[in-house]
Amino acid sequence: MKTLNDIFDQITEAFGEEDFELSEQDAGDSWITVMPHRIHEVAKYLRDEQGLRFDSLMCLSGVHYSKEEMLGVTYHLYSTEFRHRLTLKVIMPQDDARLPSVEQIWKTADWHEREAYDMLGIVFEGHPDMRRILCPDDWEGHPLRKDYKEQEQYQNMKVPY
Amino acid sequence: MGLLDKKYQDSNIIIVSLEKALNWARKSSLFYMQFGLACCAIEMMAAAASRYDLDRFGVIPRSSPRQADVMIVAGTVTMKMAPRIKRLYEQMAEPRYVISMGSCSNCGGPYWEHGYHVLKGVDRIIPVDVYVPGCPPRPEALLQGFLHLQDKIMNESLSEGGQSTPVVVEADKDGNISVKNADETDTHQNADIKFPQQDAKQKPAG
Repeated sequence: MKTLNDIFDQITEAFGEEDFELSEQDAGDSWITVMPHRIHEVAKYLRDEQGLRFDSLMCLSGVHYSKEEMLGVTYHLYSTEFRHRLTLKVIMPQDDARLPSVEQIWKTADWHEREAYDMLGIVFEGHPDMRRILCPDDWEGHPLRKDYKEQEQYQNMKVPY
Repeated sequence: MGLLDKKYQDSNIIIVSLEKALNWARKSSLFYMQFGLACCAIEMMAAAASRYDLDRFGVIPRSSPRQADVMIVAGTVTMKMAPRIKRLYEQMAEPRYVISMGSCSNCGGPYWEHGYHVLKGVDRIIPVDVYVPGCPPRPEALLQGFLHLQDKIMNESLSEGGQSTPVVVEADKDGNISVKNADETDTHQNADIKFPQQDAKQKPAG
């Protein structure tokens, strides 16, 4: 079982320091912020590296930081072998929200990434099936964005009350 | 009724208008389409199960829209589901009825303001015969919805245009001629259809 600081040191040793940032919190989970273009290789490293073995992606969530005009993805990882856990965050600008998919690393990410795409419009590059998952295919907009306004009509049905 | 009325009282023959007989048969075997959308479906299942027992009204689930008489819209109709509901309704053979069960399918319910994905009332896409309020309605409420639907069916007419009441010209004993609605003269409208009492007695005890 490794602490967050151990894991952070191991990551920075392997990938260099400039793309990673450790945020320690007094209450709640602390996390590591990763630059979007590094997430795929870091994820693969975390899963396969001896002594880390994060074999389970517990959750992948999209977040809209509306004040900063940023979109984010939060990964909650768990190692069933060593029973340690880790929170990763990726943050990117709202108008260019794209990052590599981790679907090839954890199959769980398939539907989670589709949900993040559907609700927030985050595009996961390399995902095999980047479609909406909850809303209908011909829906307009991404409902969980803070500035979302629902459409007036959907297939000739009135949407507002 | 008159001439034949008393002659067959002790036999198995009942005298009734064709309209009433057909309506009675239709209201007594309402097959509903077996599907549910949300938590109302749980109450619908409870109504169909042994404690409330919809079967005693002849109301039983049917898995195909082609063979269903009534659709219970039990739950939240999402925008994604709405076209499918409409399709299912169109696949049902006429005469067909719709019971809207619960606040969501009546008017959007708790999703009326912020539910961007919810159709605010299933009556925006298909005609509804009976609205059952509640969130979710208890099984008794759904039963009452069915009873109301049965009343509605009993009042339907075979004639084109449905509900229009025929007019009867009548002369009273003084020779005054008056025009009345058939409803006022036809006491049969108010009659319950009952099997002759003798039949019930002939059934073996227990």
